[in-house]
Amino acid sequence: MLELSNVNAGYGAFQALFGLSMRVEAGEAVAVIGANGAGKTTLLRVISGLVPARGGEMTMEGRDLRLTPAHRIVEAGIAHVPESRRLFPRLSVEDNLRMGAFVPAARAKFAERLEYVYALFPRLKERRQQLAGTMSGGEQQMCAIGRALMSGPKLVLLDEPSMGLAPVIVAQVFDLVKRIRSEGYTVLIVEQNVAQVLKVADRAYLLEVGRIKASGRAGDLAASDEIRKAYMGL
Amino acid sequence: MSAPRLSPAALAGLLAVALLPWAVRLFLGDSEKYYLHLLIQILLWSFIYTGWSLMGRFGLTSLGHGAFSGIGAYVTVLLWNFAGVSPWLGIPVAVVAATIVGVLVGYPCFRLRIAGHYFALMTLALTEFVRLCIVGLRDYTGGSLGTQPKRYGDGLSLYAMQFEPDRMLSFYVAFALWLFGLYVWRHVDRSMDRYALDAASQDEDAAASVGIDVTREKLKITALSAAMCALGGAVFGQYQMYIGPDTIAGLGTSLNIVFAVVAGGMWAMLGPTVGAVFTQLLSEGLRVVIQSSGILKSVLGSAALALDSAIYGLLLVLFIIYMPKGIVGTLLERRRQARPARVARAETPPA
Repeated sequence: MLELSNVNAGYGAFQALFGLSMRVEAGEAVAVIGANGAGKTTLLRVISGLVPARGGEMTMEGRDLRLTPAHRIVEAGIAHVPESRRLFPRLSVEDNLRMGAFVPAARAKFAERLEYVYALFPRLKERRQQLAGTMSGGEQQMCAIGRALMSGPKLVLLDEPSMGLAPVIVAQVFDLVKRIRSEGYTVLIVEQNVAQVLKVADRAYLLEVGRIKASGRAGDLAASDEIRKAYMGL
Repeated sequence: MSAPRLSPAALAGLLAVALLPWAVRLFLGDSEKYYLHLLIQILLWSFIYTGWSLMGRFGLTSLGHGAFSGIGAYVTVLLWNFAGVSPWLGIPVAVVAATIVGVLVGYPCFRLRIAGHYFALMTLALTEFVRLCIVGLRDYTGGSLGTQPKRYGDGLSLYAMQFEPDRMLSFYVAFALWLFGLYVWRHVDRSMDRYALDAASQDEDAAASVGIDVTREKLKITALSAAMCALGGAVFGQYQMYIGPDTIAGLGTSLNIVFAVVAGGMWAMLGPTVGAVFTQLLSEGLRVVIQSSGILKSVLGSAALALDSAIYGLLLVLFIIYMPKGIVGTLLERRRQARPARVARAETPPA
């Protein structure tokens, strides 16, 4: 579904990703793990067009993503749940969801999608009139995921969904991830919480300083001594 | 576009404004011209302020809209004076010119994500640039002394769009323009663009991620806002029959626009209008009080003439600190707080 080959990217003189190649098949949940500064967030920002790819190829179902500006990535079927949620804090929950269905194709199905998201996350329906910025971190994450689902995407990019949340809430957030998986969405998730994310994902890539150091089935990586020592503190 | 449906209260309000000049004629007959002039000024500036607020409410704080009202006024008058082009054609040309300038300045700003203070500084430079052009082209524009549209016949002409001698007519021209401004504001307020711009002003990356073309949305609102201010400036010139870099173009004009809208409130439809009423009455009031006060004049000498500007500036500071939502915004908020129970009930979704 999503395919990257030899992608370079960076900010100014600083290069963050070096010749990165990876793929995500339809129906999979793929995790990208790595330490702070490994380039995980940059990777997602490159896919969603917020940071330009400087070389290589990047396609979504055969469509060239490198030529697609950020605001048209949604049309390719990709929804990005950005790092630290990035809701529109002074819009209500429902208006945040409305924005998720901003592109004309999604706008036509707004009522239908809204009902779907409310059914998936009843908590959001209870909070529909509340300003998004005033909700708890876990609820905000729920709203951010709901907003992404409003566009009816095929692939959902999740950037550190557990960041800055209390341990109890982190468990709930991973439950959310499992739920959208079981709804049939393809998921690409970036996480520092390696132990948790490897339980949710089918496959994973290990990113170190902008390069892929290892990849494989999530279970195998979780069992690898090297990863257990370096990233799970075991 | 559906025809605007108006509540009875709104209709009554519009009718009251429409009848204001007759009330003036009835009760203030002696100085009818002066009071009508005040009303016309308020309506014309309300229109320009409303145009500015279209951008201002989305965090696009422009300190340069005097550039657009100036281009509107000067292009119209110069085309009339030097090429004999009727304002019926001249005003559209001026509006297009101002829109192009707005887009030319806006595009690089929005593309490079220049926002906040830097955007304000860019627009500040724009207004100064336009002023310098006006002063530099003094053979045509009259420089800093300003210039006048050539009077056509007795100064009342449909062809030359001149109506200044008839204050009643002038009032209704300004009234129509003001209504048009409110209509545009409402149209924007109910559009999807409003949501897009609201979202973009809160988080540009997130806005792009949900499919909003942030640059395009900002350019659209900038074009509309510049066009409205140019139209307002052009009609202002036709009414005043005088245009000068200080009255319709320069930095002073730009800052007055910002102050009035901040005072009135930029997030409500009538905010800019209330801002116009407030600032026009304030500056007229201060001018009359200061000029007629012997004590102030003897203490301050000619510095008394600048006193109204000083008070004006002080008030702006106080407004920004204590009433950031402006007069209308604050009143609306009070009203909301006064009936929390009802609102809460209304907002609870049906079980």
